[in-house]
Amino acid sequence: MSFADRIAAARTSGDYNTLIDGIPYFHWLGLRAEEKDGELITVLPFQDMLIGNPMLPALHGGVTGAFLESAAIMSLMARMQTNQVPKIINITIEYLRPGGPTDSFAAGIVTRQGRRVANVRAEAWQDDRNHPIAAASAHFLMA
Amino acid sequence: MKFDADNLRQMMEQAIPHAREIGLQVTDIGKEGITVKVDQQSRFIGDPDNGIIHGGVITVLLDTVCGVAVYTALDRFAPMATLDLRIDYLRPAIPRQAIYARGHCYRTTRNVAFCRGLAFQDTIDRPIAHCSGCFMLSTTGEPMLSDGAEA
Repeated sequence: MSFADRIAAARTSGDYNTLIDGIPYFHWLGLRAEEKDGELITVLPFQDMLIGNPMLPALHGGVTGAFLESAAIMSLMARMQTNQVPKIINITIEYLRPGGPTDSFAAGIVTRQGRRVANVRAEAWQDDRNHPIAAASAHFLMA
Repeated sequence: MKFDADNLRQMMEQAIPHAREIGLQVTDIGKEGITVKVDQQSRFIGDPDNGIIHGGVITVLLDTVCGVAVYTALDRFAPMATLDLRIDYLRPAIPRQAIYARGHCYRTTRNVAFCRGLAFQDTIDRPIAHCSGCFMLSTTGEPMLSDGAEA
């Protein structure tokens, strides 16, 4: 199954886990896709190997950034007419709270879609969506 | 510097669970910055059409080297928190070739440390990503690494 076919199938079925299965890095992180009230939520189930600070313990900041980038990509593939993985141009990650040793959730909003470039904002949280652990703003090439 | 470079290298490679998982190796440590290396692995692929790794792998490397560069600049382990990280992806990583990241802390104040970093493959003059990051110092909590973290 080509990746373009996976994207088409996921849009038809509404099950975006097909995309995760097609991307080795997403699969390795253990990401899951959940559709809730018409919104695509990307889930990062906790694993010990995601820890960056063993003293707290807390998620690795780079992993949190990687997760936000992944959630932004999932939103773009779900919402935009593209048949490939969007290519990242840049990302700014703001760290708001330490990520604890528990499952994380993230959602992305496509704030601007041009012909070549898309801007996405993504937010990640754990127990309480009103207390995000991190937020990101990223640009992607959609070519 | 107060740090024992071998000691810090060992801590970075062994005491950070995610670094250990990806097989991060420290290739250079000094007051001016630190460099790490990771071999490419098929589980890092972010685009199945061309085999190019996901940007998140680079984010992990740059966050790690910038954070540790604060310790080497301060010459001590200090509790700190990342405020933000901005990464520009300058060119795609060449598949199957090792990735290096170098971080440097160029300014510290009482409260804030400012860092920049580059990710590269063949040579640092041809970077694949550039990053700037800001860290809050004097936070409560535990340093990512400390003298007791080797256990």
